[in-house]
Amino acid sequence: MYAQLVETGAAEASEKDREFQEKIDRGVRIEANDWMPEGYRKTLIRQISQHAHSEIVGQLPEGNWITRAPSLQRKAILLAKVQDEAGHGLYLYCAAETLGISRDEMTAQLLSGKAKYSSIFNYPTLTWADMGAVGWLVDGAAIMNQVPLQRCSYGPYSRAMIRVCKEESFHQRQGFDIMRQLCEGTEEQKAMAQDALNRWWWPSLMMFGPSDKDSVHSEQSMRWGIKQNTNDELRQKFVDQTVPQAEWLGLTVPDPDLKWNEETGGYDFGEPDWSEFFEVIKGNGPCNRDRLAARNKAWDDGAWFRDGLTAHAEKQIQHIAAE
Amino acid sequence: MSKEWPLWEIFIRGQHGLSHRHVGSLHAPDSEMALKNARDVYTRRNEGVSIWVVESNKIAAFDPDTAEHNFAAPKSKVYRHPTFFEIPDDVGAM
Repeated sequence: MYAQLVETGAAEASEKDREFQEKIDRGVRIEANDWMPEGYRKTLIRQISQHAHSEIVGQLPEGNWITRAPSLQRKAILLAKVQDEAGHGLYLYCAAETLGISRDEMTAQLLSGKAKYSSIFNYPTLTWADMGAVGWLVDGAAIMNQVPLQRCSYGPYSRAMIRVCKEESFHQRQGFDIMRQLCEGTEEQKAMAQDALNRWWWPSLMMFGPSDKDSVHSEQSMRWGIKQNTNDELRQKFVDQTVPQAEWLGLTVPDPDLKWNEETGGYDFGEPDWSEFFEVIKGNGPCNRDRLAARNKAWDDGAWFRDGLTAHAEKQIQHIAAE
Repeated sequence: MSKEWPLWEIFIRGQHGLSHRHVGSLHAPDSEMALKNARDVYTRRNEGVSIWVVESNKIAAFDPDTAEHNFAAPKSKVYRHPTFFEIPDDVGAM
């Protein structure tokens, strides 16, 4: 998802570890200053910071269309959505900071390419229909993942997720609304919507991370109450929810293996191309270099402004001291 | 990398008549910017009518490991709750 392939490290259980696990099993939330195993702390720092980076980098594919939105209203809506993403990144950075990593450290990890963010944001947004597909599919998949994270064992993360989820459903609906308008428009507009679905479907399924059998860290994260559902469970839920919506729009999901399974009460579907997923994660997706370059430019170009505000704040303190 | 802005804790009064509640934190160079950023980050959907900002390092708290004895005393003082006292039904509402 927004945090894919999060390492958990190996843990040897001590007395304190056992007490900690008991607390988790009783459903007691862990707070910032509570004792926690190093592995738990590190896993959460990795997961929350990846999640935060995803929100921040996630502004770029949509920011691409703000100046070219087809109407003033669409532009205002898209601006509000991208602003929300900045807010979500901030809630999450703050949650990660409670675990003892500084904001600057996290920023440095993102800018150097050391930190990961969701693979989905390394795909280009080629047409306006992509704004529809991203909201509908990408934010839809994100909600699927974030709703259970509201019950995460770590208090600050769970509270950040509650705020994020409250705001996120507007994102998915505005995406679906764009798709709907295109599908009710001309043949060309409908074809644009279909083309966007074709390109975003598989990357959206990959957002949930590798299949459970290949997901090495899932088990520990679930025991710690960081993760509530497996990758495959959430992916299945997403497909079951989204396919009828695509049918409603009159669009075709680009998967020849997709069919309703009466027995399981869900859809059978094809396997995403996992080699593509791992290439994108490694930095070789269509837009990885552009995304990092854009973040680095924003950070470097903003340096004078950050420093200026710091200098002003220090001067004010001196003035007050002198009075 | 230049100096990191300090961290501020944000408290918001949701409606008139309610108390301020902690909603989260953010970085800002001074209280004025902290207030402006808090407005933009935490009240985008009319969540508040008033904001307080406090520098995080100004907040003191007990060590969570001492919670057991810090909060132990009231547990033995059950008579502080009205339900401790039995009032016969025929006395009426009290």
